[in-house]
Amino acid sequence: MNRNQNSLYGVAALFDSPDDILKAAKKVQADGYKKYDVNTPYPVHGMDSAMGFKASKMGYVTLFFGFAAAAFILGFMWWTLAVSYPLVIGGKPFFALPAFVPITFEFTVLLGVLSTVFGMIAVVFNLPFNNHPIHDTNYMRNVSSDKYGLVIEAEDPLFEQDKVVELLKSLGSKNIELVYNPEEEKYSIFQPKFLVFLGIIAVLTACSTYVTLNKFMYLPPFDFMLNQNKGVSQEESSFFYDKREMRTPVAGTVARGYIPYAYTGETDPKEVLSNPLLPTKKVLELGQKKFLTFCSPCHGNYADGKSRLMGQFPPGPTLHSQRIINFTDGQIYNVITNGFSIMPSYKRQITRDERWAIVNYIRVLQRAQNPKPSDFTEIKEINKESGKNVPN
Amino acid sequence: MSQIESGYVKKELPKNLGTIGAILLIAGIALGVASYLVDPARAAFSYLTSFIYLVCIGIGSLFLVSLEYAAGAVWSVPFRRVSEFLAASVPFFIILVIPLFFSMHNLFIWTNPIAVAHDKVLQQRSTYLNIPFFVIRDVIIFLIWTAFYFIIIKNSRKQDVSADQNLTTRNIKFSIAFIVIFAFTISVISFDWLMSMTPHWFSTIFGVYLFADSAWVALAVLTLFSVVLTERGYLSPKIRRDHYYSLGILMFAFTVFWAYIAFSQYMLQWYGNLPEEIVYYVHRWTGVWKYVSLALVITHFIVPFLLLLPRGSKTNPGMLKFAAIWIIIFQFLDVYWLVMPSMVDNGFTYSFSWIDFTFPLAVVGLILWLFSILAKKNNLLAVGDPKLKRSWEFHI
Repeated sequence: MNRNQNSLYGVAALFDSPDDILKAAKKVQADGYKKYDVNTPYPVHGMDSAMGFKASKMGYVTLFFGFAAAAFILGFMWWTLAVSYPLVIGGKPFFALPAFVPITFEFTVLLGVLSTVFGMIAVVFNLPFNNHPIHDTNYMRNVSSDKYGLVIEAEDPLFEQDKVVELLKSLGSKNIELVYNPEEEKYSIFQPKFLVFLGIIAVLTACSTYVTLNKFMYLPPFDFMLNQNKGVSQEESSFFYDKREMRTPVAGTVARGYIPYAYTGETDPKEVLSNPLLPTKKVLELGQKKFLTFCSPCHGNYADGKSRLMGQFPPGPTLHSQRIINFTDGQIYNVITNGFSIMPSYKRQITRDERWAIVNYIRVLQRAQNPKPSDFTEIKEINKESGKNVPN
Repeated sequence: MSQIESGYVKKELPKNLGTIGAILLIAGIALGVASYLVDPARAAFSYLTSFIYLVCIGIGSLFLVSLEYAAGAVWSVPFRRVSEFLAASVPFFIILVIPLFFSMHNLFIWTNPIAVAHDKVLQQRSTYLNIPFFVIRDVIIFLIWTAFYFIIIKNSRKQDVSADQNLTTRNIKFSIAFIVIFAFTISVISFDWLMSMTPHWFSTIFGVYLFADSAWVALAVLTLFSVVLTERGYLSPKIRRDHYYSLGILMFAFTVFWAYIAFSQYMLQWYGNLPEEIVYYVHRWTGVWKYVSLALVITHFIVPFLLLLPRGSKTNPGMLKFAAIWIIIFQFLDVYWLVMPSMVDNGFTYSFSWIDFTFPLAVVGLILWLFSILAKKNNLLAVGDPKLKRSWEFHI
């Protein structure tokens, strides 16, 4: 854009009614002017066709960003809620499409609108400049309240000042103004004053949000949400006869997936269960994890009784004694479930499958302490196959 | 004088229109009576579908007329008379509903005393769901609608001769009153005739659902008639693409509105997952209804949405006609989907039947026949309306 200082920008004319401005725009268009614009306080119906505008291309920007936003947010929710961190919410499937639709809708509208607004600002206002010559003119003040204005720019090839003034007068304008280009670029959006202003707005918004959410909510009358007529856990109840706010399950309640154990409370049952789990890699890894969490504090990381609590606490016996090696899987399981001597029951901490996995892991530890000759040849073969050379 | 201004010259509609309408109507009635003799229960459900469809078109058109008055709309003045003619079925509701009153025991489980005796929920709801109250309130609603129809239409027609602005002022008042009453009554109609078929189920948004349906289909029928009449030169040559655009954009808006309401109802009940709420959708997700439900999403929302989305299609008469016919057809599918799966609730099993084709014939016939009769006696354009002049200057 040519920004010669103090040169004539154009001739601006004010009209009194929407009909006048429509007539004027049609006439100016018919006379062949190309560089002119109309400013009205509100969108005047029919102006597009009067000025010979074609359908705006901005709709395609909105459409593209709307669809892009929908695709992005659906993909995002699918990835976060169904792939990366699957979480059961309200018993719904991980990819719960109906629950995602409102968010997709909002996001589509948001990005569609924002892209339209920013696209419009970028194209029309020629960012980052904000110093259109008609700013701060008498003309601009009028068209922002109750007048309808038309500017013919001096850059138009047909522009001749006298002719244009005559034309606008003949169209019925009583108020014609010459608009000059501004002396310097005063209104770049990057000037410090404007940036400081934006900064202040950001700080004020943040502060008021903080005060509203963290202070006002605890002051009357905004604190009504805190005084709800509901039970709070660990508090005394004014509703239940036994004054307990937390209720216990009804007698005979059985948890989902619960499998009863026939030898509960028996430290030395005559018969025991057999191990339902095979010593697969997955089972052994689970057993290792649980063993290191619950068993190793007393029995030691290698089940040899050398634990980190040695000397401070009655030591757990080694599990490599011949007696325990001779235990059946069911007996070890029974010890974990019911406890033994001063060892408490672990059935509340460790689930059924986890207990069996621990039993399998203990078997691995025992075998590692007392290997058979065949184990060495087996390990050598495995190492040869995998190409590793691990010392025995 | 006013006729010169508007460029409107009254032309007789082709005589075929009335004849075709009458033939369809008589054929529909004859086949309908036959179907009642063959299978009264199945016929009752089919008849209810077509009746609700007709109510949607009739009362939706009257709503559009009153909306124009209440909002002071300018663009729609040339089309208002078409909507008035399409609303002509409103006074017939009270006659057409009588067969339904006689087959209520087939339609509604709550009319069965034995069923009510074994059902606590139905006993609690029997203060509202009982036959005398049901009949009385629906008759009153149809009478109110008829009264508003005659008042508004009479004032509108008087204006053709007198061009009296006071008639518009008076109609604005009646229109506002009608819109308020319409909001309540359409809810009652939808609760009574559609929701109470599944009497345990409830949805407070259901009335809005039927409202969205009725406004949508009324707009589509209005668009179809207006475009065809304008193209053949029965309306004014001054109707331009700006007027078409407004029709198109309203159809588009109600497409989205329907989807919004239908989804709001579905999502809340899907999320709550309570047995008494999801039963409605379980019925509509078993067997063939699963595919109908999915088809409804596509035909009732996605296709019209994409059809009417581009600016060009809203000003293109051919496209508007296509979209209008599409909407008219698939609105019937929606009503069908509302009624038919509920047959299960009264112990019937659904199967497709030839009976479903008989009553829609009568609906189409009645609308065409009434339109041709009214168009013979009255102007097709509201030539005396003071807003008409501004309407010719309407620009988008």
